[in-house]
Amino acid sequence: MSELIGRELTLRVNGIDHPVEVAHGRNLLSVLRTEIGLTGTKEGCDDCECGACMVLLDGEPVNSCSYLAAQAVGREITTVEGVMRGDELHPLQRNLLDEGGVQCGFCTPGMIMSATALLARTPDPTDEDIRIGLSGNLCRCTGYARIVAAVRRTAQEHGVS
Amino acid sequence: MSLLIATTVDDALAAMAAGARPIAGGSDLVVGARHGKAPLPDSLVAIDRIAELRALDVDTSGAVRIGAGVSHHLIESHPVLVERFSALADAAALVGSPSTRHVGTIGGNVMNASPAMDTGAPLVVLGASVELRAVTGSRTMPIGELWIGPGRTAASPDELCVAVHLPAPASRCGSAYVRLEYRRAMEIAVVGAAASVTLAADGTVTSVHAALTAVAPTIIAVAGLEHLAGATVAEAAVAVGDAARQQATPISDVRASDRYRRHTIAVMAQRAVDAAARRAAGERVPVPVNRALGIGAATGGPS
Repeated sequence: MSELIGRELTLRVNGIDHPVEVAHGRNLLSVLRTEIGLTGTKEGCDDCECGACMVLLDGEPVNSCSYLAAQAVGREITTVEGVMRGDELHPLQRNLLDEGGVQCGFCTPGMIMSATALLARTPDPTDEDIRIGLSGNLCRCTGYARIVAAVRRTAQEHGVS
Repeated sequence: MSLLIATTVDDALAAMAAGARPIAGGSDLVVGARHGKAPLPDSLVAIDRIAELRALDVDTSGAVRIGAGVSHHLIESHPVLVERFSALADAAALVGSPSTRHVGTIGGNVMNASPAMDTGAPLVVLGASVELRAVTGSRTMPIGELWIGPGRTAASPDELCVAVHLPAPASRCGSAYVRLEYRRAMEIAVVGAAASVTLAADGTVTSVHAALTAVAPTIIAVAGLEHLAGATVAEAAVAVGDAARQQATPISDVRASDRYRRHTIAVMAQRAVDAAARRAAGERVPVPVNRALGIGAATGGPS
């Protein structure tokens, strides 16, 4: 067994190891934003309801606001900053813009992470699959239809692996 | 302040004997602490990397052992559970959102002991037992004896829930879990009902079991259904609905009034019996029943 509090830990985010010291009870969202400086992941409700804080942990979606940072040691964390391909937008990002699936943009990083996990598991999703895949993400601007369309178009173009 | 990562059950039990509380995904513990429900314990032991707890095993008789750390996602997508323990898969598929279902575990759901937990009523009608282990030994009890009040279990603080056991179902047996919900995701049951139905060759009921969600201080089994042997499915559905209404002792809260819960629990119980009987007869009713039959919130957009 290893103790994780009161010593330097390594969190692997988007393929890069970051040394951090994590206080007891500190959530992953706050460590990502304020210690590691990756502010793409958003704090919305801070209550596991809205999905703005969604990140991938070993490829699966997790509400980072309610996940202890220390428990992410040894796991591969992916944030929205990690889906870019160099300076190129990820197809999901481009399609969200092209389809009008981004208005205020606050939910967008979380939507992208949930959609990435969905398409990795289900490369050819039905609209119902897409809606279930995004069901942990709230958007108060778009009415969802254009976000669903962007995910559908991404899948149709080539899928995400 | 301490957070240990355990890699074996023995490690976890030793830490718990010394006062640590177990944490898997943390979705109840961390959110609860922020809400002021209970402060985050000073001493935690993470149990999410223990292989024994992550295992789901089906033996040759068809009985299933679900490790306490098995996620709702695995339960909703496991072919044997979907096919033969459908009520549990129905419930797991309704929990929270994809992220909740990946992080949340059956052990956490069971030990959190919420009267609104979705997996509880299915486990009761499927005849589940729960295996608790401490440094001093282990014991197994019927799942219904675990819950003694809202958020309270019969387990002592040093006991870890290590597995849930499901006996092999009889042939021509089907089960279903139905819940009333106001939205399709991140929802908690307004009320819910699980049923398990075994049919005779002529289509009449051999036995029926039912259990109810969010209408009492704990998940409750519906009592007094033995006389329904020999009844038609339609008769059994009505009788189970009536019994559910009579045995429910719901409260009024932000989600519903006691009167509304008492009315709707009868409807959900009837629908659960009907869906369970259709599965028992061999009809393929996809998981979750809520979506397949259009029960609960209407299909449409998320939220």
